[in-house]
Amino acid sequence: MLKLTKAVIILFAVSLLGYGQLQAQHGHEEEETHATESHSEENEDHASDAHAEEGFNAGEFVIDHVSDSYDWHITDWKGTPISIPLPIVLYSKQPELHDGKAFHVFMSSKFHHGHSAYNGFRISESEEYKGKVVELDAAGHEIGTPIDISITKTIAGILASVVILLWLVFATANLAKKNKGKAPTGVQNALEPIIFFIRDEVAKPAIGEHKYEKFMPFLLTLFFFILINNFMGLIPIPPFGANVTGNIGVTMVLALFTFAITTINGNKHYWKEIYNPDVPWWLKFPIPLMPIVELSGVITKPFVLMVRLFANMMAGHLIVMVFVSLIFVFGSLFGPAVGLGASPISILFSVFILLLDVLVSFIQAYVFTLLSALYFGMATSEHH
Amino acid sequence: MGLVMPNPGTIFWMLIIFGIVLFVLTKFAWKPILTALKEREDSIATALNSAEEAKKEVAGLKADNEKIIAEARREKEAILKEAKELKDKIVAEAKEKAGEEAQKSIAQARQQIEAEKTAAINDIKKQVAELSVSIAEKVIRKELSNKAEQEKMVDGLIDDIKLN
Repeated sequence: MLKLTKAVIILFAVSLLGYGQLQAQHGHEEEETHATESHSEENEDHASDAHAEEGFNAGEFVIDHVSDSYDWHITDWKGTPISIPLPIVLYSKQPELHDGKAFHVFMSSKFHHGHSAYNGFRISESEEYKGKVVELDAAGHEIGTPIDISITKTIAGILASVVILLWLVFATANLAKKNKGKAPTGVQNALEPIIFFIRDEVAKPAIGEHKYEKFMPFLLTLFFFILINNFMGLIPIPPFGANVTGNIGVTMVLALFTFAITTINGNKHYWKEIYNPDVPWWLKFPIPLMPIVELSGVITKPFVLMVRLFANMMAGHLIVMVFVSLIFVFGSLFGPAVGLGASPISILFSVFILLLDVLVSFIQAYVFTLLSALYFGMATSEHH
Repeated sequence: MGLVMPNPGTIFWMLIIFGIVLFVLTKFAWKPILTALKEREDSIATALNSAEEAKKEVAGLKADNEKIIAEARREKEAILKEAKELKDKIVAEAKEKAGEEAQKSIAQARQQIEAEKTAAINDIKKQVAELSVSIAEKVIRKELSNKAEQEKMVDGLIDDIKLN
């Protein structure tokens, strides 16, 4: 019965992944079409310039909301964007362009939402570096990007959810110490079932009764980190709502950790299975076909982890934003009345997708953790 | 910023943040939590085990009790049976004894009655004899008041002797 449930969950997750990727693609296409539309409109009809400016660009709106940025945009009020400025940290190899200093820390408000340059830096609007901080030469031309370790919206979002994560887990740890040998209380009640679930349903079956303990801290941190960030991403009010787990850099680091732990803990049997698997000799010599396949599998596993989480969360955010932006698309195409008329349907769909995202948040955190555990299990399993 | 291209800055911070979070949580949170969970699980397991043992013990006690009760019952029955037998015996003995006693007293009474009867008969005999003698004396005295009569009487007596 449990195995069946698991199989169904995994199947569901996989189908969601496919669906998510489809939706992501769809989002991109939409963005592109909208971009070209507004572009051509501008070119063809100069008289309606004012209209083009007022017109709602759904693609930009959606992509702006799901992508990383240097300030935390909340809303526009009468044409002025309201946003929380975030620190920008840059290291330039050409200090002569920036008052002779190589290392720069300043708030993103200095850029005035990307409209002005500061100290030889600017948020680029060119095709090559779009949205990134670029260095400008004396003449004001873009010459490339400095080393950019700014606290962007994503990083700020991570920090916010890390605070929550630390608070949750430390509260549980303190309660666990206090209630030693007693019934759990408070937040302990919320976290312990999940901890038990990770231990008994994920770590133990995947890694094995004797070795699972070593990996528990990582699996728990991973699960709670992904889960909390997934949830925070669904709450649209700062300091939440940053698309953290839908950022491929974030999922890449998570996958790298899994990869590193798998590789470090890989035992003799694991490496033998990769370099010298039990297959007919002609699959290994003269062309080492199976070793190549196995080795590519080693790389593919974390890569798939990275893409799965990224694509799912990104797709969830994209589609919610697309449904919301539909209101404004209708509004700008057929007038405010139509936009208002379309809003209940849009909101209904958005709410539905958000609820689905709550489910997906759980599933993705679970799948990432389960697959990591499976990889650890593979790395540490003895010859069978 | 490109959506599908990882940003080096994000990776840099994410590595640092996640590394620190992982280290701090592992060292200061997950270990105590997991130990506490394990301890609690163990204590629950031991508690359950001891409860099971206690249950078994109780069951053993119950069986013992039942055995004792059954024994007691058996003993009681035996005692009752014995008592009944004893009672029956006593009653039977008493009956027998009473019968014997009764027979004895009856026999005694009978003997006494016989003796009394004999005595009474003897007494009556004696009285009758005395009475008859006195009657006979009176009769004879009356009869022998005259001479003729006396002679007749003597004659009659002589006749009787002769006859004998």
